[in-house]
Amino acid sequence: FSGSFGEVYQTFHLSIYMSSNNKFSISPEMATQEVQPNETLSNLKAESDTLKTKLEDERAKLHDVELHQVAEKVDGLGQFIMKTRRTLKGHGNKVLCMDWCKDKRRIVSSSQDGKVIVWDAFTTNKEHAVTMPCTWVMACAYAPSGCAVACGGLDNKCSVYPLSLDKNENLAAKKKSVAMHTNYLSACSFTNSDMQILTSSGDGTCALWDVESGQLLQSFHGHAADVLCLDLAPSETGNTFISGGCDKKANVWDMRSGQCIQSFETHESDINSVRYYPSGDAFASGSDDATCRLYDLRADREVAIYSKESIIFGASSVDFSLSGRLLFGGYNDYTINVWDVLKGTRVSILFGHENRVSALRVSPDGTAFCSGSWDHTLRVWA
Amino acid sequence: MTISTLTRGGAQREQQHCLRKMERVIIAMQDPDIGLKMRNQRLLITVIPHAMTGNDIMEWLIQKYNITDEEAGHLGGLLVQYGYIYPLKEPRSLILRSDDSPYRFQTPYFWTSSRWPASELDYAIYLAKKNIRKQGELVDYEKQNYNLLHKRINHTWDFVVMQAREQIRASKQRRKADRIVLECQEQAYWLVNKPCPGAFDVFDLGPERCNVLNSRVILNSSLLFFLLRISSVPNNSLSSHFLLSLSCVCSFMKFCDQYHQHDPIMSGCLPSNPWISDDTTHWTINTDLVGTPTRLRVERWSFSFMELLNDCLGRREFMTYLEKEFSGENLCFWEACEDLRHGESSKIILKVEEVYKTFLSPGAARWVNIDSKTMERTLEGIKQPHRFVMDDAQMHIYFLMKKDSYPRYLKSDLYKNMLSKAIVPQETKKSVFPFMRRQRHSSPSPAMVSQATEDNGKAKGAGPAATNSGTLS
Repeated sequence: FSGSFGEVYQTFHLSIYMSSNNKFSISPEMATQEVQPNETLSNLKAESDTLKTKLEDERAKLHDVELHQVAEKVDGLGQFIMKTRRTLKGHGNKVLCMDWCKDKRRIVSSSQDGKVIVWDAFTTNKEHAVTMPCTWVMACAYAPSGCAVACGGLDNKCSVYPLSLDKNENLAAKKKSVAMHTNYLSACSFTNSDMQILTSSGDGTCALWDVESGQLLQSFHGHAADVLCLDLAPSETGNTFISGGCDKKANVWDMRSGQCIQSFETHESDINSVRYYPSGDAFASGSDDATCRLYDLRADREVAIYSKESIIFGASSVDFSLSGRLLFGGYNDYTINVWDVLKGTRVSILFGHENRVSALRVSPDGTAFCSGSWDHTLRVWA
Repeated sequence: MTISTLTRGGAQREQQHCLRKMERVIIAMQDPDIGLKMRNQRLLITVIPHAMTGNDIMEWLIQKYNITDEEAGHLGGLLVQYGYIYPLKEPRSLILRSDDSPYRFQTPYFWTSSRWPASELDYAIYLAKKNIRKQGELVDYEKQNYNLLHKRINHTWDFVVMQAREQIRASKQRRKADRIVLECQEQAYWLVNKPCPGAFDVFDLGPERCNVLNSRVILNSSLLFFLLRISSVPNNSLSSHFLLSLSCVCSFMKFCDQYHQHDPIMSGCLPSNPWISDDTTHWTINTDLVGTPTRLRVERWSFSFMELLNDCLGRREFMTYLEKEFSGENLCFWEACEDLRHGESSKIILKVEEVYKTFLSPGAARWVNIDSKTMERTLEGIKQPHRFVMDDAQMHIYFLMKKDSYPRYLKSDLYKNMLSKAIVPQETKKSVFPFMRRQRHSSPSPAMVSQATEDNGKAKGAGPAATNSGTLS
């Protein structure tokens, strides 16, 4: 079957039949008809819950190994020292989001006061600045070519600004409005080229847009509440992405069909950040429940939890080091915790920011990572 | 005074989670068996009961959570910032001092989680009390707030003043120690709930979240989703699932191990990490189309086909190899399909035509060898072109290259020569005068470089910023 769910109420008649080799198969037939009086919301919810429990029971019967058990034989990591090497000052208010340019040294960052700044983080020089017409610019992204940036927030839109080097030109003049949501924009990312943007929103959906025309190419429905983050897969076929939301779910989507192909619900609170493991076979999530978790896409389950009793505040942003051995998490208690992905232990805790860490990304060549904070600064650590 | 929970939005809901956890820590700290040892603390001439020193707090946290001084100081500091512990000396400064400064636990009545939002009336009474007790005790922002409230709730001002006087009178009848404690508690509460402008605000939470959506639609989709998942759970051997699980987990270890040397944060990078040494040589020798690549870079091409294709230089080398084997059209076709998939919607029809003419039509200049079934499907699909119409064919060619050409390339002389020519930079010795900072050179912005190439009529778009001469430094 095909099609998005949108606002059309549809009831599914699912006929489950056994095929010759005793495997269950499903053939759904969609019937758009009057909703049966006994198919109340609570009935549907009860049915959904029963199936969910059944699925978990089936899974529990299968013996699964924990990552840290197998990783016992792996060498531990030695002393770990990372320091702030650059501090980028210039935002007048909370920094909410940041992204690296493919040239490995430039950064775009956005803040609560509507300012979007492009920096050469190496020299700490500001190269461009745009003032958005809205406050709380919660999402920003650098185009793969390095020639444009995308950003958005409480304006419910995602706009693309081509970066002009003419000092006299006002960047806002060439602004292009691409995405339109019905609630705030929480995250955005260019796909493999400057021509397409993927967005996630407080309206519970993700969407893929054509930059040139502003046309909606695909929408993704399935989250029950605000979608807070997304990440594109580095896989060979490059057709999937993950999203995390306030419904505690992390979903894997097929970009072409708009279908949710996998879903994980083990967090106890909002998922603020999702990031693929470098091989594309797994992903990490950071949540308000103060844990980060690793999910294996082929085994279809959670394989590790990164938490500590002394960590009380939520993780707002996570990213892997180049080899995937380290997971960096920026937290709402102003710290950055560094986790050994394989062993599940914390390698280090980094202090420095004076308010919550809201954004964290490792640079494209893995030489450093950058953290953005509500203390108005960004720091590059190496 | 109980505050209704209905007024709380999504962000407050998230904060409740944290506050509850902090409260659990606080309760554990006050546990008669495993908690802190509280005793009387001397504050000038008064003895305050049930107090502890900053040092006590630090020690307890270090012991309980097995953390360092720095982390304990940080965690303790948060407990003070959020109003669960307050200082007796210098009460306006909500920080944790790791010495013998006295602190007390805030009474649950005043806990941040239970009394939000603070009522205007209560605040007015508090400020009035302070004002009456000692002239000039209100600081600037408190004076401003006081005046604002006076205007806003002027109609009940008599009540406010009356309450304030009554509370002052009642407190005079208490023992001095109790009076001090009650005053400190109340002051701490208001410092957290009505902070000085510019100071940390516990209730500064960001935009509202958690707009719960139409449940029916979501439930329908999750119902279907669960049924599909159940049908895919292997109901044959348990052992095959275990093996899958084990192999998945082992693959992470393998990947981490393979990339260990390539991870600058884990293994450093040669000659040095630019962020640490201020020397950009590492970037210069790794530019997209550099003359002689580094050894690590060439080695990485052997890790996976994707690694080879993702590197401009690697891809160019591979193209050279394919052309020697007269199969260069495969890579060209793949690139054209990528361009179609990720390009502008408006150019789709044009690009599909081009691809057909160049690669698929009978007698095409660069005809690609796809199996007949896929070819049939693709030609059928071309009649109604869309951006994914070449997906099947592209996949077929991709896997052909991956399974056949790629392994042979890795064994070829072309690759082996590349590997032997590749440079291994010398590690930079730490400079003799480490405090002398190098000058940090800027680099041309990709936007500028691209503007130049655009002027030359070249298109920009898919893939990393490709430059003709490499980035200068």
